[in-house]
Amino acid sequence: MATDLQTAHQIDDTGIDLDDQTLLEMYWQMVRARRLDERVWILHRQGKIAFHISGIGHEGVQVGAAYAMRRGHDYASLYYRDLAFSLSLGLTPLDFMLAVFGKAGEPTSGSRQMPSHWSSRKLGMLSSSSPVATQVPQAAGAALACKLRGDDRVVIVTLGEGSTSEGDFYEGLNWAGVHQLPLVCLVQNNIYAISVPVHLQMAVPNVADRAPMFGIAGAIVDGNDVLASYRVMREAVERARSGQGATLVEAKTYRPVPHSSDDDDRTYRSRDEVEEWKKRDAILRFQVYLRERGLLDDDAIAEIEERVRQEVDEAHAAAEAAPYPPPEDTLFPVFAPDDGA
Amino acid sequence: MPEITLIEALRQAMDEEMERDERVFITGEDVGRRGGVFRATQGLYDKYGPDRVIDSPLAELSIVAIGIGAAMVGMRPICEIQFADYIFPAFNQIVNEAALIYYRTGGDWNVPMVIRAPYGGGIGGGLYHSQSVEAFFAHRPGLKIVVPSNPYDAKGLLKSAVRDPNPVMVFEPKKGYRLIKGEVPPGEYTVPIGPAAVTREGTDVTVYAYGMMHYYVLQAAEMVAQRDGISCQVVDLRTLVPLDTKTVLESFKKTGKALIVYEDNRFLGYGAEIAALLSDEAFEYMDGPIRRLTGPDRPGVPFAHTMQDFYMPNPDTIADAIRDLAAY
Repeated sequence: MATDLQTAHQIDDTGIDLDDQTLLEMYWQMVRARRLDERVWILHRQGKIAFHISGIGHEGVQVGAAYAMRRGHDYASLYYRDLAFSLSLGLTPLDFMLAVFGKAGEPTSGSRQMPSHWSSRKLGMLSSSSPVATQVPQAAGAALACKLRGDDRVVIVTLGEGSTSEGDFYEGLNWAGVHQLPLVCLVQNNIYAISVPVHLQMAVPNVADRAPMFGIAGAIVDGNDVLASYRVMREAVERARSGQGATLVEAKTYRPVPHSSDDDDRTYRSRDEVEEWKKRDAILRFQVYLRERGLLDDDAIAEIEERVRQEVDEAHAAAEAAPYPPPEDTLFPVFAPDDGA
Repeated sequence: MPEITLIEALRQAMDEEMERDERVFITGEDVGRRGGVFRATQGLYDKYGPDRVIDSPLAELSIVAIGIGAAMVGMRPICEIQFADYIFPAFNQIVNEAALIYYRTGGDWNVPMVIRAPYGGGIGGGLYHSQSVEAFFAHRPGLKIVVPSNPYDAKGLLKSAVRDPNPVMVFEPKKGYRLIKGEVPPGEYTVPIGPAAVTREGTDVTVYAYGMMHYYVLQAAEMVAQRDGISCQVVDLRTLVPLDTKTVLESFKKTGKALIVYEDNRFLGYGAEIAALLSDEAFEYMDGPIRRLTGPDRPGVPFAHTMQDFYMPNPDTIADAIRDLAAY
């Protein structure tokens, strides 16, 4: 394994202040997200669930980002690939399984939304939808509220590089610049917007090259390096929290799976390209790093896999056994009742 | 009791809600130092400062989306779109986001925001300063919509809109901003969102209207009472969504004849829904066809005054329509 990584990038742990327990916890979060995600792919190929949109490949940047914010305090406005991010914030594997099966008791929407449309007031996750990039100016609005109230919360908003072509992206970051909002906009650039490669999406080599046009800071990071991602996000979060304004962070990563279960990526890219990127997998790289640090060995890795498998099995079984929502749930009210607040 | 204009009533509503609740803030183009191009927010910037009356960039999508985000996390934004004709860049955020958030989260999140915009023709604004847009938004479940026709309702409804935990769109008839005056009590009051108002009792023909058209309908109803002895029941809808079906149906059953007046394009305009409701739920009471008097099916009110006058219903054309229906 180490031989394979000689051509890939090492983990950059410069200035990282995390203790061993946290490092191992982050590894566990990445593995947990990956195995849950893989299980859902299997369920789809077995015909047991209708749809899956995967986060495989993105675990490094997402866990790095989640651990860089103050979970339970800051707000997160996420997009459909953010499974690892959501789990790190407190979403459970059962929550996610209920969503992919479309069962009753699904906490984010009562299975009214497709899976991977994260939302939880309790966990500080703003409601997300399918039209892309709409979350960017909404997150800016939440950040404006934090600033106006004088609380020290930060808002993190995520999206793919394709979504940065939407006007919403520009309008939201423009507000962030004009009003020095406590916002971190994390673009997870995985090179493809479904099938459209990044050079057809933008004329600049990096999304973060656009930061100066908003008057905000920009940063580029290797999104498959969980610790580098943590460090860059930590800087951006602290910049926001200290009142120095917003940052556009671009994490370079890759999506080794199709866009969704309805996509066939053999129609637009080579298997060689995918296999090359798999050698730079975030979990693989972090595992090698932790082995070198003496924090992981074969037994420890196996123990984590076993623990994760058990959790995934339990969530899978419970969700599969759960009932579907009653048809009348379609008629949930569209208006909140007036509580006189 | 003091008599004030429609625009002053709106300004007072915003001032009072800002004073009452520190979560309330206003944003939109020119709302701050200019006090609004129609002066709807005059004096509020000096009183509350730039953190609560925020001059936005020229980007309607963001005016609404910023409001959605701020509202979700507990603020009470009043978002002004300078002219309803310019609301369309924000259409996705309104109908796909604001309208859905409560439903799509099973009630976990809600969006207590106000989107207000001047609408309607008659001020020489041409194709892009005169549009009626309420039908587009009334069609999407999840948005409350109010259209005041007088200062008392304007102030009361806007105050209710700010306090409502849902997205409320307030379309203000700009022709009536300074033209329509009325008595407004000095103390604290609100007008509930929902109930329509019967503004004239009658027995021959029921006329439904909202906004500027209601103002004209009252004039027409008085004309036909004086000259033709026709007795009109007039209903000011005030709230388009949620519709007060009870008042609409009860007012129809009194006369059996309905005329719905709206300045928007005829085809699929808001009044078409009233017509459908009446024919479905009050069939046995029908004593004549359900009629609509509307703007023509052309995409906007033309600039030249001859064409503008042709486009807009007015008290004379409304009176003609009432007579026609009364004679059926």
